[in-house]
Amino acid sequence: MRTIRFLLQKEFRQIFRNRAILAMVIVMPVIQLLILPMAANYEVKNINIAIIDNDHSSYSQKLISKITSSGYFKLTGYNFSFKEAFRLIETDDADLILEIPRGFERNLVRENGQKIFIAVNAINGTKANLGGVYLTGIIKDFNGEVRLQLVPPAKFDRTLSIDIASSNWFNPFLDYHVFMVPGILAILVTMVGGFLAALNIVKEKEVGTIEQINVTPIKKHHFILGKLIPFWVLGNVVFTLGLIVAWLIYRIIPVGNIFLLYSFVSVYLLAVLGFGLLISTFCETQQQAMFIMFFFMMVFILMGGLFTSIDSMPDWAKAVSQFNPVSYLIEVMRMIILKGSGFKDILRQLGIIALFAVVFNGWAIFNYKKTS
Amino acid sequence: MNEPVIKTNKLTKRFGGFIAADEITFTVDQGEIFGFLGANGAGKTTAMRMLCGLSIPSSGQATIAGFDVYKQTEQIKKNIGYMSQKFSLYEDLTILENIRFFGGIYGLSDRQLKTKSEELIDKLGLQNEAKKLVASLPLGWKQKLSFSVAILHEPKIVFLDEPTGGVDPVTRRQFWDLIYNAADNGVTIFVTTHYMDEAEYCNRISIMVDGKIKALDSPANLKASFGVGSMDEVFYELARGAKRSD
Repeated sequence: MRTIRFLLQKEFRQIFRNRAILAMVIVMPVIQLLILPMAANYEVKNINIAIIDNDHSSYSQKLISKITSSGYFKLTGYNFSFKEAFRLIETDDADLILEIPRGFERNLVRENGQKIFIAVNAINGTKANLGGVYLTGIIKDFNGEVRLQLVPPAKFDRTLSIDIASSNWFNPFLDYHVFMVPGILAILVTMVGGFLAALNIVKEKEVGTIEQINVTPIKKHHFILGKLIPFWVLGNVVFTLGLIVAWLIYRIIPVGNIFLLYSFVSVYLLAVLGFGLLISTFCETQQQAMFIMFFFMMVFILMGGLFTSIDSMPDWAKAVSQFNPVSYLIEVMRMIILKGSGFKDILRQLGIIALFAVVFNGWAIFNYKKTS
Repeated sequence: MNEPVIKTNKLTKRFGGFIAADEITFTVDQGEIFGFLGANGAGKTTAMRMLCGLSIPSSGQATIAGFDVYKQTEQIKKNIGYMSQKFSLYEDLTILENIRFFGGIYGLSDRQLKTKSEELIDKLGLQNEAKKLVASLPLGWKQKLSFSVAILHEPKIVFLDEPTGGVDPVTRRQFWDLIYNAADNGVTIFVTTHYMDEAEYCNRISIMVDGKIKALDSPANLKASFGVGSMDEVFYELARGAKRSD
């Protein structure tokens, strides 16, 4: 125990003397939590649309103004030929082309129907896809209005239709901040903890101080604990700062038990720090450790269920994400913060993360060699 | 006479096909100042790392303070001090913090830590610098500090790997005063060096060439047997046959 006391004293002194670490731990999470949730928004706005109006009728004008006033579209071209409009897609000035054919109004009134043409620039997949869906929705809506006007109510064709009314639980207004903030916080905690741990032992190797440690009778698990505990404390500081930002800026207050949340994050931090320490026992330079950690972080984050839902991944990817600690944290954070899940609900995730913690730290202790 | 504190028999370290230390056999008695000489790349550091329990030998036997270098590396570490070629105290801690940290790791009590660190700072004349970061010290002081830290826990043997490299002559002299002082207290000194004047300060020296020990005796006997007037000449006679260089 005495040894650990001396190790902790040393480690904390070094941390508090290193401004870069303090900045990483305090400033970075706050700034990122302020910026990222605003930007990382699934809602697509500002879809650039080019419209070719071959009809120039009052109905076509009505449709155009309906589209532009929806708030999702920005009219970037009002053209006379498809060729001209297509050039806008080629130069990336337009995401969608809507072509209103000649005789649009006439056919709508007389023949009770008219086809219109939409071309989508599929290079930006999400934007194009959602843009197409929004536009179809608007046109359908327009269609409904027109039919009401043109067709006398008596003759109204009552085609059977099922209307879906959905309500969103746990995030009633589909506020993306509510969805993103816990996830981004999860990633921040992972990044800060993982990188700090991965770089620390390697730094001692680079500077040469590890040699002076290795020649002492220090126990391996004492040394690893001496590294683990300070970063565990820092990880909890990052997490607490994140919760404060979430509360002050986004008004997100965990619905569930805050102690349960901290308990899970505490175990999770042991796992992710253990992973970082494990990497640092394999590397000789900070550069190596950085790149390896970066590789795993990319995989963990992109497959962690924050940006794309794990449920919609192919089976092999789902299998991989079973081994991704980040996916469990994101899941549990959302469960506790948004849904108010209790201890029993997160028991499975807690067990798996505890297992990760034991394996990574045990492996790190095993792999740290005082004698080569 | 006591049992020798360092005893090796055909101690060898291979790195793949390269034999860094080749069947080294020697003994060192308690309280001796044993000089370990050799050109760059002769295998001095490799040999020393094996003796310190930092590196497991490929073959041969060795005991340090009675402990086996294969199986009892951690017991060896309790009984030795080590000062590596590269300065390896924490630059971002103060002198006092470094002393207390390493003392604490070796299991000194709080009272021992207090008296020892005061003694040490007085001895080195660092009263004004005790609370400064080690990074701000000149090299000579850093070396003296690392030596003092290496013998803080009163080890039986202290291993010094080129302790005076890059240090001015006055500081080197002071450094050797510290070494003599420790040897007078019964600490065995195992020191590698490139400086032949320092070799003269040792009780006995060994000279390594290409991983093998080519000569081992007191400086006076070595000079006599080679029929030369200085250690420089002895070293030159032996080392010019070397095939390896760094």
